[in-house]
Amino acid sequence: MKLFDYARADSPEAAARDGALANVKFIAGGTNLLDLMKLQVETPEKLVDISRLALNEVEETEAGGLRIGALVPNADLAAHPKVTAGYPVLSRALLAGASGQLRNKASTGGNLLQRTRCYYFYDPASACNKRDPGSGCPAKEGFNRIHAILGTSDQCIATHPSDMAVAMRALDAVIVTLKPDGDKRRISIHDFYRLPGDTPDKETVLEPGELITHVELPAPPRGRQLYRKVRDRASYAFALVSVAGVIAVEDGKIASAALAFGGLGPMPWRNVDVEDALVGKVPGTAAFEAAADALLADAKGYGGNDFKIPLVRRTLIACLRDLTEGTA
Amino acid sequence: MSNSATLKMDAAAEHSLLDDGVQGLIGQPLDRVDGPKKVAGKAPYSAEYAFDNLAYGVLVGAPFARGRITAIDDTAAMSLPGVLAIVSDPDKFLRNSGQGGQNEAPVQNAHEVFYMHQPVALAVAETFEQARAAAAAVVVRGEPIDGEYDFEARLDTADTPDDGVIPPATSQGDIDQAMVDAAVTVDGIWTTPGQNSAAMEPHVSTAIWDDDGLTLYGAYQMVASDRMQLADALGLDPEQVRIVSAYVGGGFGSKLGISSEAVASAIAAKQLGRPVKTVMTRQQVFDATIRRSNTRQRIRLGADENGVLHAIGHESLSSNLPDEDFFEPAGIATHFLYRGEHRRITHGIVRMNRMLSGSMRAPGEAVGLLALECAMDELAEKLGLDPVELRKRNIPDIDPEKQIPYSARKQVECLEEGAKRFGWDRRNRTPGAMREGEWLIGHGVAAAARTNQLMQSEAVARLTPEGRLVVETDMTDIGTGTYTVLMQIAGEMLGLPADRVDVHLGDSRFPPAAGSGGSWGAGSSGSSVYLACRKLREQLAEKLDCDPAKLTLKDGEAIADNRRVAITDLIGDGLEAHGRIEPGKTSESHTQSGYGAHFCEVRVNAVTGEVRVARWTAVYAAGRILNEKTARSQCYGGIIFGIGAALTEALVHDPRDGRIVNHDLAEYHVPVHADIPQLDVVLLPERDPYANPLQAKGIGELGIAGAGAAVANAVYNATGVRVRDYPLTLDKLLSGLPPV
Amino acid sequence: MQFTINGTVHEADIDVRTSLLDLLREHLGLTGSKKGCDHGQCGACTVLVNGRRINSCLTLAVMHQDDEITTIEGIGTPDELAPLQAAFVKHDGFQCGYCTPGQICSATGMLDEVKKGWPSHVSEALDGQVDLTDTEISERMSGNLCRCSAYPNIVAAIREAAGLAPVEHEVVGEDA
Repeated sequence: MKLFDYARADSPEAAARDGALANVKFIAGGTNLLDLMKLQVETPEKLVDISRLALNEVEETEAGGLRIGALVPNADLAAHPKVTAGYPVLSRALLAGASGQLRNKASTGGNLLQRTRCYYFYDPASACNKRDPGSGCPAKEGFNRIHAILGTSDQCIATHPSDMAVAMRALDAVIVTLKPDGDKRRISIHDFYRLPGDTPDKETVLEPGELITHVELPAPPRGRQLYRKVRDRASYAFALVSVAGVIAVEDGKIASAALAFGGLGPMPWRNVDVEDALVGKVPGTAAFEAAADALLADAKGYGGNDFKIPLVRRTLIACLRDLTEGTA
Repeated sequence: MSNSATLKMDAAAEHSLLDDGVQGLIGQPLDRVDGPKKVAGKAPYSAEYAFDNLAYGVLVGAPFARGRITAIDDTAAMSLPGVLAIVSDPDKFLRNSGQGGQNEAPVQNAHEVFYMHQPVALAVAETFEQARAAAAAVVVRGEPIDGEYDFEARLDTADTPDDGVIPPATSQGDIDQAMVDAAVTVDGIWTTPGQNSAAMEPHVSTAIWDDDGLTLYGAYQMVASDRMQLADALGLDPEQVRIVSAYVGGGFGSKLGISSEAVASAIAAKQLGRPVKTVMTRQQVFDATIRRSNTRQRIRLGADENGVLHAIGHESLSSNLPDEDFFEPAGIATHFLYRGEHRRITHGIVRMNRMLSGSMRAPGEAVGLLALECAMDELAEKLGLDPVELRKRNIPDIDPEKQIPYSARKQVECLEEGAKRFGWDRRNRTPGAMREGEWLIGHGVAAAARTNQLMQSEAVARLTPEGRLVVETDMTDIGTGTYTVLMQIAGEMLGLPADRVDVHLGDSRFPPAAGSGGSWGAGSSGSSVYLACRKLREQLAEKLDCDPAKLTLKDGEAIADNRRVAITDLIGDGLEAHGRIEPGKTSESHTQSGYGAHFCEVRVNAVTGEVRVARWTAVYAAGRILNEKTARSQCYGGIIFGIGAALTEALVHDPRDGRIVNHDLAEYHVPVHADIPQLDVVLLPERDPYANPLQAKGIGELGIAGAGAAVANAVYNATGVRVRDYPLTLDKLLSGLPPV
Repeated sequence: MQFTINGTVHEADIDVRTSLLDLLREHLGLTGSKKGCDHGQCGACTVLVNGRRINSCLTLAVMHQDDEITTIEGIGTPDELAPLQAAFVKHDGFQCGYCTPGQICSATGMLDEVKKGWPSHVSEALDGQVDLTDTEISERMSGNLCRCSAYPNIVAAIREAAGLAPVEHEVVGEDA
């Protein structure tokens, strides 16, 4: 870990101003940032400690949704009565992630910004375009069991590791930020993440110093919700594949569907084609297979991760069945 | 009268004084004597001794996998705050870690790099944070050359290791012809990946020099030989080296020999004139200590219509660095477990630029039975025979290779008792036939066997004038319960309650013990304590002027010939005795092993292929059980290691440079709480007089032997998918699962 | 800098990079909290901060100057073990003992989370009604690795400390 300056922010506005300087990072829970700083994967020159800011409330919005402070710990969010009642997919996703200890520390905003678990990204003795742009991507020809099958580029095939963000994507979350100049911005989660393309080091649309202050959820969606995570251990392991689903069935047909996926892509993955294949259809194998076809139309395996293609197909179909069974 | 007792195990110990004891300690499920300290965080592990002026070391690894170091550029590192030195002494630095039990230095010469991240320097600074930053700033320059990284492509280059303690190749009869003649055969290749012991305490050394030489607080399993290795590596007389390992946070083989941080810390401490502490990072433990090798095993079984084996072959390859003689003895139990007059068991080493391979918990059986016991399951299926019955039919009368009898062997009883407790008769033999909702259910069985060994071991026992008993030996307790079982042995022998016995371990100033490895620890060190205490009994009898055989000792009193006196009245200024056990003819006259049987139920998700162990029954027989509680815990640990081996654990080497890609505990998946159900473990009563005077055999590794095979067999029963490539991760099952 | 640990105020002059774990172990002599991985992957460093269990390796000491920190040393001593500690000894909930302080701190925090009605990944319902089964305990303790694999005994110890009935070996799937 390289030496850095440390400052505790007194207000979100001050934090954003401080954060605009070069090589500054915000630290809240720190569970991913310090992990990476110890390996010098992250080498900020200054840490702005935002952990004491008053951004730790969960409030109802006028629209009947929730406004979640960026510093609400994952554990608190998962257990919050408004979340367990209205957004069980989010509770379930949070509870499927990490461990009790990590959930107690990890923040809502930080979780959105988790960095990939790619082995080569994590080993500074390795080339990595995300860590060291232009150095190469050893994962493509290396060991890539946990890597992405969708949205990859020649430069990077890493996945986004979050569970929470997958549920947030299915819930159409909006990320509220504060910029160094004091402006606030509302960014749909669908616009928040960037595909790797030629710049895998740039993972979100956040600008320097732009501080996530809240995440807003629309009013609880109608229908059934589910989060299913497939992993190598029964607990305390990152997703090989995960599915966040919200589906409403009316009059025997799927009236609305929101499906997001973890473990497949460089961002929590959502593809409207999947939902289009379902909406208006009678729940059943034909519609489910069509949805899986839509999801996997552009899927590409890299050897070690080829299995994710049949795995997510099977998992998606099982999830769709659970989300629709008995509703007709 | 001499105050030392030596026993060479040349004949069966038909009578054990432990059976005469009336103190009621031996065998009892007593709480660990070190328990209160450990649960309160007060047991000092080797990184936890406080020293004035302590400096911190962090190892620097090579950034390439093979080649010569040309320069270690410390310019940037030395400019950082608090940095004291970038220490490199390539003549003395270890290239490879040490193997267990060796008394010479491991391979040195760190001018040459033979595997990725091989330690080449030590950054030393005033604080840990400064040393860590300095280590990252060191620039290691070199001339990389091509190395060997592809195991599968190099199978033809395997060499047969030299004859050692374990013969690398044995053959009898004509197995090729016997396979042709057999009514039913299995002939397959099983592969197992490399594994890491992943003891929770990383490797650590704190080195301090004074006028007498070096004291090194380190995490070791075998203090006596580690001291020899360290002295030799540093060019010191062994008398100038003291090792302290009072509490060790797990070993499982990884701490049998010394590792690079020991030599580096010692050199740095000498150079700087102050104590230096180096704790390996978790990644370094994966990269630069020792691993269990991957293996490729061909199993051949040939049986007649009745399921009686006539041919048994086990040909295994593992990998190691050039010039290392350790091979993974995967066929070790195949030598004696089953019948077959035509036999061939061989081992070869494929030379590769991967970190050193060596002993990890039950070297040999742990991976060998993953293959053999699955082959037996396949054979049973082909024969239409119950796999328990197949095993029973193939239990030999005498060792089929050495033509000698077995010592105590409850192989049949373990299978029968386990089958009964588990409800094996209610198993559905048809694969894929049991399902509850999304979960396919399967049952599997496998046999367990772990060779029993006795090693030379010494201890001293002292009765103090206050009537306390002090036991000292450089034996270690790596979680095995040594503190507790040695207390029980000593207390039983001398009739003293637990709170009047003090056991001191893990200091090379004490008599040299066998160390913790190969499951021989309790039997060997326990026997030395037994002998020392037997001598003390004789001394007490002499003071009391009675026949030692008629002396009863209980609660600090000596009772003989209708007399009862406090032993404090007999001890005078104190009594001392030295005990020493040596292996002898019983090691050759009888094939000795612990035995067991695993029965498990798994649930395999029919959608995703995720495997969960739902239920487990294991029955073991391993001679006298010294402490029913700690022995059971060892069995749990072994089974769970086996579950990890079956389902999740695999070192992944990058095909281009051999580096261990998943070198941390997030990506190398040891089982977590949620992977493990309650386990039903039964220890059968047994005595093995050929083992040692305690009549006890090793139990620390028995649990892992065969455990993973039981899982794999249950997965087959659940799904109909045979996977011969461990671990059984879900990707290997997907294509055989029912449609969604 | 000042830190309140186990109810005592400690002063330490530390590098801003110092983790809470290294503060405890290397500067204050509180070596009960263990370093197993230094990356939040094993749980051996678990301590309680303001009553909540966290990985002390993944947080900076400098961020905890206003917090109440409880380590294993503050939970009980060898002569006066807390009920959880005593239950770990009784049920042999450890072997080498290295992960043990983390397991005990974690279990302390976990039982409090159960009292608050926090659900877990394996909870049937999210409504705050937690039936603390073995499966629940195991899931909630999965952030604490034990390579000696004392898991069954740790569950038994936690059951006892939580006032639950002793472990019974369930026979599963017999009628399947």
